[in-house]
Amino acid sequence: MTVLDTQAPGTTPAGAGVRSHNRRPANAPDLVTVSNLKMHFPVTEGALVPRVVAHVKAVDGVSFTIRKGETLGLVGESGCGKTTTGRCILRLEHATGGEILFDGKNLLDLDRKSMNALRQKIQVIFQDPYSSLNPRMKIGDIIAEPMYVHQTEPDKAARDARVAELLGLCGLDPKFADRYPHEMSGGQRQRVGIARALSVRPEFIICDEAISALDVSIQAQIINLLEDLRDEFNLTYLFIAHDLSVVRHLCHRVAVMYLGKIVELADCDELYNNPMHPYTQALLAAVPVPDPEVERQRAHQIVKGEVPSPMNPPSGCVFHPRCRLAVENCARAVPEFRELRPGHWVACSVI
Amino acid sequence: MAKLLEIENLQTHFFTSVGVVRAVDGISYDVNEGETIAIVGESGCGKSVGALSILRLVANPPGRVVGGSIRFQGRDLLKLSEEEIRDVRGKDIAMVFQEPMTSLNPVLTIGRQLTETLQQHLGMSREQADARAIELLGLVGIAEPERRLKQYPHHFSGGMRQRVMIAMALCCEPKLIIADEPTTALDVTIQAQILELMKDLTRRLGVALIVITHNLGIVARYADRVNVMYAGKIIESGTADEIYHDPQHPYTLALLKSVPRMDRPRQARLDPVQGQPPDLMRLDNGCAFRPRCNFAVAGCAQRIPPLEQVGAPGHLAACWESRTVAGALERAS
Repeated sequence: MTVLDTQAPGTTPAGAGVRSHNRRPANAPDLVTVSNLKMHFPVTEGALVPRVVAHVKAVDGVSFTIRKGETLGLVGESGCGKTTTGRCILRLEHATGGEILFDGKNLLDLDRKSMNALRQKIQVIFQDPYSSLNPRMKIGDIIAEPMYVHQTEPDKAARDARVAELLGLCGLDPKFADRYPHEMSGGQRQRVGIARALSVRPEFIICDEAISALDVSIQAQIINLLEDLRDEFNLTYLFIAHDLSVVRHLCHRVAVMYLGKIVELADCDELYNNPMHPYTQALLAAVPVPDPEVERQRAHQIVKGEVPSPMNPPSGCVFHPRCRLAVENCARAVPEFRELRPGHWVACSVI
Repeated sequence: MAKLLEIENLQTHFFTSVGVVRAVDGISYDVNEGETIAIVGESGCGKSVGALSILRLVANPPGRVVGGSIRFQGRDLLKLSEEEIRDVRGKDIAMVFQEPMTSLNPVLTIGRQLTETLQQHLGMSREQADARAIELLGLVGIAEPERRLKQYPHHFSGGMRQRVMIAMALCCEPKLIIADEPTTALDVTIQAQILELMKDLTRRLGVALIVITHNLGIVARYADRVNVMYAGKIIESGTADEIYHDPQHPYTLALLKSVPRMDRPRQARLDPVQGQPPDLMRLDNGCAFRPRCNFAVAGCAQRIPPLEQVGAPGHLAACWESRTVAGALERAS
């Protein structure tokens, strides 16, 4: 089934007429390979002698690869572990298991010094453009700081020139270098965040809900900017988001996470046209389409219940208590992550 | 259908040390009994301030309603005494806020917060109020209401707290509920649950609903009529079908074109609204949207276009060039 099988008359099926560069780069090498990544946060009790009483399994065995030049979307509801996955790759969290290969090197084995050197190639754009810029620093200094830290532009004049270039590239007036963050709107600040990430010429950028805090009209501006930059500098993105229509627009492949696990992974068009996992189907059905006529015709199957606590996840398939297809066995056996069609992976034993 | 709420030329301004912010600058609209009205717009367009003004909840100072009238069942809410308006709040008109985390009192049990309204407005005894609270929690789909009544907000998830907020809003069987971004803080599957619940309850109980949102999908799914706001003014108003299929204001058109749609083929490129929203302290005598507008002509800088009927009765737009804008959506797709 397709979730949007009630299309407005006269529209072509989704996915037709996609521009060429929104296809996954065919023969590019893998840039990022995440295998069986685990991030279990300990829960402690007792103030003086803390003892571990449980673990929050924020990320529990996540695997995916991202090719050079590709954009992988990581979607899911809050608490599903998508941000933690991104933070593990950045080594802002110390993963408790698994492997993250970047360009052949395992990030989890690197010492502090070599990791810091590699950070130049891996940058991040945060969700909240208000809290991710230091209010006491001028825009120019914010953008120049990574270049200073990594000594990519040791010369002050060269740094200033690069700041002006980056501001222009991100659609801002180079005069903004002398301003402070509070003088700018949310969309402009997010452009500063993007300019900062680009300053050290990274290969891989993790966009953690990079457009979620922005207004609708500004979102489209930033999405276009991210696309232009990807094409111009052959960037690889991990695009973490909960807005499924934006992910569809921007990504080549999409991974759907639920309670610390990837439940479905496929090429973008394949996932949206032919979602197989019941959770993906529910997620897509829950997104309202901005057209009253289409909405009247859509069947609104609404998933019941809420996301359980990752401290005490359900047995077997973690989605089974909310699943409309669940059978008895789902509560016992953990479903295998199977390739049901070429490139389309699903963790469900019923379908 | 009888008119429940009539807002006329409402003006709410904020008097700050650096100047006057005309957050709501002359909006007029009606709400009929049992109808769902959506107010859409970007942050800072005045949609929340406009709604808060109805219940006189705008903090004064710095904010003040400087003009207009808000007639609810014939009474002008702006002319009521403090005592009288307090009687309206929560009883005739209830409110559901965006942040279910901050709009519940963390040190009172859910039961206490629900029964407070019941005892205050309906003069119920403790036992009657408890019984009604249990009934209400059941109505909004909270399991084991007796046990949940004794719990505190931190025991509830975001979606469950929003259900509690809706139960509180329904307490006194209001005629009108104002929901300010009721699902913005929630996940998409929970958002769908909450919106379906609100739709179901408002239809069943005949409650009118004003939904304030920036999500065009939600509006399409749930609203009967839509008011689009920009820079403190309503710039287009009509049925959901008129707004989505025949927009006559360039801003509405631009907004619709800027969102990626899951039911359409992937676009090569999004078509964003260019530029930034205006500074509400520096509005001039022309149309506030003209710096970002693709249809702007010389006359747009001279006078502010009035909100006038375009096409069918009830479909209003404030644009000098609305004839040119009409049909642009069809030509584009």
